[in-house]
Amino acid sequence: MLAIKLAIKNILGAGLRTFLNIAVLSFAFVVIIWHNGVIDGWNRQARRDTIEWEIGQGQLWLPGYDPLDYLSYQDAHAPLTEVINGLVAQEQLAPILLTQASIFPQGRMQGAVLKGIPPQQSLLKIPTALLEGQDGEAPALIGKRMAESINMKTGDKLLIRWRDKNGAFDALEATIVGVFNCNVPTIDGGQIWLPLEQLRTMLAMPGEATMLVAGKEYTGGDMAPWEFKGQSFLLSDLDMIIQSKKGGGAVIYGLLFIIALLAIFDTQVLSIFRRQKEIGTYIALGMTRWQVVGIFTVEGTVYSILAILLGALYGTPLLLYLSKVGWAMPSGSTDMGISIAERIYPVYGAGLIGFTVVLVVLAATVVSFLPARKIARLNPTDALKGKIQ
Amino acid sequence: MKNIAILILPVLFLFASATPPDANEILKKVEENMSSKNRVFESEMIIHGRRGSRTITAKTYSVGDKQSFTEYLSPAREAGTKMLKLENQLWIYSPTTDRTIQISGHLLRQSVMGSDLSYEDMMDDRKLTEAYTAKTVGEEVLDGRKTYVLELTAKVDDVAYHNRKMWIDTERFIPLKEELYAKSGQLLKRTTLSDVQQVEGRWFPMAVVFKDMLRQGDGTEFRMKSVKFDQDIPEYLFTKAALKQ
Repeated sequence: MLAIKLAIKNILGAGLRTFLNIAVLSFAFVVIIWHNGVIDGWNRQARRDTIEWEIGQGQLWLPGYDPLDYLSYQDAHAPLTEVINGLVAQEQLAPILLTQASIFPQGRMQGAVLKGIPPQQSLLKIPTALLEGQDGEAPALIGKRMAESINMKTGDKLLIRWRDKNGAFDALEATIVGVFNCNVPTIDGGQIWLPLEQLRTMLAMPGEATMLVAGKEYTGGDMAPWEFKGQSFLLSDLDMIIQSKKGGGAVIYGLLFIIALLAIFDTQVLSIFRRQKEIGTYIALGMTRWQVVGIFTVEGTVYSILAILLGALYGTPLLLYLSKVGWAMPSGSTDMGISIAERIYPVYGAGLIGFTVVLVVLAATVVSFLPARKIARLNPTDALKGKIQ
Repeated sequence: MKNIAILILPVLFLFASATPPDANEILKKVEENMSSKNRVFESEMIIHGRRGSRTITAKTYSVGDKQSFTEYLSPAREAGTKMLKLENQLWIYSPTTDRTIQISGHLLRQSVMGSDLSYEDMMDDRKLTEAYTAKTVGEEVLDGRKTYVLELTAKVDDVAYHNRKMWIDTERFIPLKEELYAKSGQLLKRTTLSDVQQVEGRWFPMAVVFKDMLRQGDGTEFRMKSVKFDQDIPEYLFTKAALKQ
C-alpha cells in the first residue's frame, strides 16, 4: 500500500513527463482495441455473409469439383438421387449447377460462370425469387460487382454463349431481372445466376447438379458420391486471411506499443539515476532493496493503469461512435476477391478488452522492473550520498 | 406420239436441270476439291480490331485434317512461335519463354492471337458429311457466281455448331460463304471465301474472312500468299521435338 501511495505521489509529481508517458500508452491501448475490434468485426461480418449468401450450413461436392478450377466444372455434374431430390423438396438442400460460358456485353467477349439455382430456394439470401415467373424471357440475376464490370443494369439484355454437355455451341439473349448487392465476391464477380431448370435444359443435363448447399435442417447421412464439406472447411480461406491481417496489424500497433513502453523504460532509468538519495533513504529507513525495487516497479504499473483510465475516458465514446458509424473500406477493396463490406463495424468483446488491459499492465510492469533491478545492487551509503554508481 | 415426245423432252430436261444435285453429293465434291494428301502454304492473317489492324504471317504444313505445323514469321513479337496439331491435341511453343504448352480445356476457347478464330475452330476436323445431314434449299448468286445454298443440320450430338448454311459455287464446288448457327438459331460465325484461283489444277479460295458475329469488329482476314499441294513434308515436323528447333 505504501508502495502504491509513493508511486502515485511520485508520478503525479513528475507532471508533464508523466502525462506524455500516459498519453502515448493510452493511445497504444485504444489503437490495439480498435484494430482488433475492426478485424473481429470484419471476421464476424464476413463469416455471417459467406454463410448466408454462399455456403449455408455446408456444401455437398462431387469428387473432382474444385470451385477455383474452372476446368473441373466440365465433368463435375451428376443426376440427383431420389433421396437428394426428397431433401431438396424439404428445403434441406439447394442444388446448384455450374458451367463456363462466354458473354458479350457491348460486343466484347468475356468469360463468365453460369450458375443454375432453384428460384424458390430460401437457403441462401440470393434473391432468386426474381428469376421466377418470367414468361418467355431468359431471366438472369447478377451481383453489383458483375453489373459494374459489364456495365449492365436491370432490364438490359445480355448475350450468352455456352457449350452443352456434348460440346455444341448455343446462345441466347438473357434479360437481367435483378442486380443484388452483397459482400461475398465469390457469388458475384464473373457470375450469372439462372433458373436451375433453364440451365439444365441449356446444357442438356436434366436433373443434374454440380453441388448442393445444405440448410439448417440438413442432418447429413450417406450421400455418396457427394462429399459433405463443413463450414470450417469452406471458411478456412477466410480464416487464414483474417489471421494474416491480424498479424500485419499487430506489427503497426506493436511499434506504437513499443514506443510507449520505451518511454516508460527511459523514465524509469532517469528516475533511478536522479532519485538515488531517495533510494538510499528508503533503505536507511529499513526497507529491503527488493521492497524499493517494488516501489519503482509499481510506479511503472501505475503508469499503465492511469493510461488505461485515460484511454477509457476518451476511447470509450470514440470506439462506441466508430462501432456505430463503421469504418469505411477504401474503394476497390470490395473487389479483392474476399468477403469485405464497404463499411466494417468494429466489435469489442470483453475478452479483447480484458486481454488488452492485461497486456498493457504486464508489459508496463516488466519494462519498469528491468531498470529497477539496478537498485538491488546499490550500496545504500553511496546512494544516500548521491554518488553515481 | 413423236410430237408429244418432242414437247415433253425439253420439259423433262428443264426439270432435270432445275433440280439441284443431292446436297451430300455437293459436299463430297467440295471435300474432294478442298482436300489433298498434304499442303504447304504461306499466309497472312489480318486481324481487324477496335484499335487498328495487325498482320501476322505464317507458314503452315498440313497432312489431311489431322496433322498441321505452323510457324509464325512476323511481326517480330510473334516470330518463332510454333503451333503443332496432332489429331485432337494442340501445342504451342513460345520462343520468348522457350516453353511448349498444350492448349486444352478452356484455353481452347481463347482466340488465336486476338483473331476471330478460336483454337477450337482450328481443331474442328470432322468431315461435314459424317456429322451433318445436308439439304439443298435453293440457288443464289453471290458476287456474280451462281451458288447452291445448303443447310446442314447436325445428326450427332457432339458437334460444335448445330446448324450450318453454306453457299457452294455451282461450277467450281468451292464454298463461298458459310454461316454457323447455335442450337437456338443464333448466328454465331460467318466465313466468306473469295479470290478463288486455280492452283495445280484445282480451284482454291485464296482469301477467307472469319467473323465472330457476337463480337464487335470487322473480323479476321486470312490471305494465302502461296499454296502447294502434295509436297514431300518430312515426318519429324509433326513431332513435339520439332517445335523447339
